[in-house]
Amino acid sequence: MHRKEGVLRPVRGNRIVAILAAGGLTLAAAACGEAPKESTPGSSTSAAAAYKACMVTDTGGIDDKSFNASAWAGIQAAQKEATNVDPKYVASSSEADYEPGLRNYVSQGCNFILAVGGLMGTATTKVAKESSKSQFAIVDSGSESPNVYPMQFATQQAAFLAGYLAAGYSKTGKVGTYGGLKIPPVTIFMDGFADGVAHYNTAKGKNVQVLGWDKKAQNGSFAENFGDQNKGKSITQTLVSQGADVIMPVAGGTGLGTAAVAKDSAGKVAVIWVDQDGCTSAAQYCDVFLSTVIKNIEEAVKEAVVKGAKGETLSATPGYVGDLSNNGVSIAEFHSFDSKVDATLKSELEKLKADIIAGTVKVESASAPK
Amino acid sequence: MTAETNTEAPKKPAPADQESFLSVFTRNLWSSNNVLITTLSIVLAVVIGAVLIVVSDADVLAKFGYFTARPSDALTASWTLISEAYADLLKGAFGDPAVFQAWFNGTATWQEAFAPLSETLTYAAPLVFTGLSVALAFRGGLFNIGAQGQAVLGCIVAAVAGFTFGLPIVLNLIVALLAGIVGGALWGFVPGLLKARTGAHEVITTIMLNYTAALFLSWLVIQKGVQAPGRTDAISKSVAESAQLPSPGGILRVHLGILIAVLVTFGVAWLLKRSAFGFEIRAVGANPHAAQTAGISVGKTYVLLMAVAGGLAGLGGATQVLGTAYALTPAVAGNIGFDGLLVALLGRNRPWGTFFAALLFGALRAGGNRIQSYAGISLELVTVLQALIVIFIAAPAVVKAIFRLRAARNTAAGVSLAKG
Repeated sequence: MHRKEGVLRPVRGNRIVAILAAGGLTLAAAACGEAPKESTPGSSTSAAAAYKACMVTDTGGIDDKSFNASAWAGIQAAQKEATNVDPKYVASSSEADYEPGLRNYVSQGCNFILAVGGLMGTATTKVAKESSKSQFAIVDSGSESPNVYPMQFATQQAAFLAGYLAAGYSKTGKVGTYGGLKIPPVTIFMDGFADGVAHYNTAKGKNVQVLGWDKKAQNGSFAENFGDQNKGKSITQTLVSQGADVIMPVAGGTGLGTAAVAKDSAGKVAVIWVDQDGCTSAAQYCDVFLSTVIKNIEEAVKEAVVKGAKGETLSATPGYVGDLSNNGVSIAEFHSFDSKVDATLKSELEKLKADIIAGTVKVESASAPK
Repeated sequence: MTAETNTEAPKKPAPADQESFLSVFTRNLWSSNNVLITTLSIVLAVVIGAVLIVVSDADVLAKFGYFTARPSDALTASWTLISEAYADLLKGAFGDPAVFQAWFNGTATWQEAFAPLSETLTYAAPLVFTGLSVALAFRGGLFNIGAQGQAVLGCIVAAVAGFTFGLPIVLNLIVALLAGIVGGALWGFVPGLLKARTGAHEVITTIMLNYTAALFLSWLVIQKGVQAPGRTDAISKSVAESAQLPSPGGILRVHLGILIAVLVTFGVAWLLKRSAFGFEIRAVGANPHAAQTAGISVGKTYVLLMAVAGGLAGLGGATQVLGTAYALTPAVAGNIGFDGLLVALLGRNRPWGTFFAALLFGALRAGGNRIQSYAGISLELVTVLQALIVIFIAAPAVVKAIFRLRAARNTAAGVSLAKG
């Protein structure tokens, strides 16, 4: 192989030094502030021992606007309630990071180690069995290990109410839904929604159609992501052109595209939001949200952490299952639609909620927690 | 052809003026050789990383606001932050002296002492294979961006073989590993064939096949017969225990894959240096037209080379799924294929260089986990550190200019990458 000899001439280093010096001077000019008084650290250490609440995210990261973000918000909310809570988190960049992430927290002596998401289930059980003295918790998954506190959600129950509401509110007789990805935490919403519509049809002898999800075939429309508003717009426009006038996007930020379409429709299209009340999480579109299917991860995590911080035990069985009875899942108030939803429908929804809690109406989903 | 595999330029006659060994050594030490540039790149990246650590910490930054009034505050805080962060990086990658101490005192187990090293090797093992895949293809003049897709295919086929056949111990593992190689080789063979037959550029075709592989995987894991029974989320059955790469178990995740990686690196080095096929690869890589004229079938070499490179990446995927993950999920391969590109670049497309680059990346990942967990510094910073190292290595002129290195007799550094 022929090799060139010494072709790369060294650039004059002086220039680089000069640039660095100039930069340094600029910084120095900005550094002329007043020094604070030397303060001896006071003896104001809080009486209670710190309760280290440590969270390992799944590969979605801390800003996923979904369960990782909600769980982290829950831990932070717990800190306000129980001041001895000392929160920290690590984000996993790949699935191979789950085990080391959890183990690093075990070796740091964390009192409460939270794993987020069903795919972390195996890693959490494995590490929990190795470190039987540590307290673990997991969102959206069960666990076989006695020191793991599982937090699961019967989201289909609230989505069922939303489906009933949508069917009752719809003027065209068609309602739509679509998901971000075809994964259980998403399709559980769509299953409940479709069943709610079907229940309305049997109760009222109507034929309201669901576009975008076929529960029996477990197939429907998906945006394949959780952040592309334009994709959300185009899917929504398709659903609207097929006649849907109530749409439930289960797709995180992608769903904002649906809200935008609804806003442009001047009241013809209404949106049912998911996860957190749309009027707080996407307040700019509050006037198009008919309601929200709330999955209250934040509250569940907060309660678990506060309980732990107070020294109460978190028992693995039955763990926590959020449903309509404990407000772990619910549908939000109607906000600007309050006057447009008629009183009969409202009372039917109340009745239906009571029936589901009592077990006289059963809502099932393949993705429901077992 | 085997007789004339030695392509090294004939040795130059000894210089007329004889110098002492020591003076030659010291002169060459500060000239721009590969080892020095790599080391200095790492040093530069660490320095810039330190600046970023300080800048990203609000508390320390606030102390810089009154730097002129009392510089000690800012300097001490910065030093504490930086030294703790890098200490955590090293402890997470190689071991914590305190834990070793505890082990000697009998308060910790040897597993705990060696866990960090085990993490480094666990992260490094698949990167060795994907790195070698990219490096080998590069030596033949092909830019294999498809290591990711090939690794994904390796994962898929190895895992399916691992939970389907139920063969006896040892045999099951060997079959699963071979299946992974075949899967990856197939995914490399296609772009190789397209390149040889139609001239389709391998960069385009391999990128497209990356998407195909990733989407195929996310479709496959939720199919009946693949998806784990009783699960509704996207996760497959676990591979049989007999098909898993042997590992000490417990907190030590390191597995046989790293030893296989050493052997394969030997193999690739031998292939490139000593075999007829290796000679053809290098000849085609240096100048395909000349190689054609000399009677080498360029097309055949491309096809074979891409298949071998794909097989290597596939083996990387197989070690990931048989050694660490044990089950398929849509993100099972993580980023090992794309990291393989960086590893090959860092290793200057040489087998052993790639091997050690993979170890470095493994150490950064393992240490990065600890930095994030203990010091609360984001994992992105470690990624930035990796990127900086690669940037400096890809632009050796910058390093030379900053450290005013003398140009060496053989500046392979600039040449080997300039061709890319």
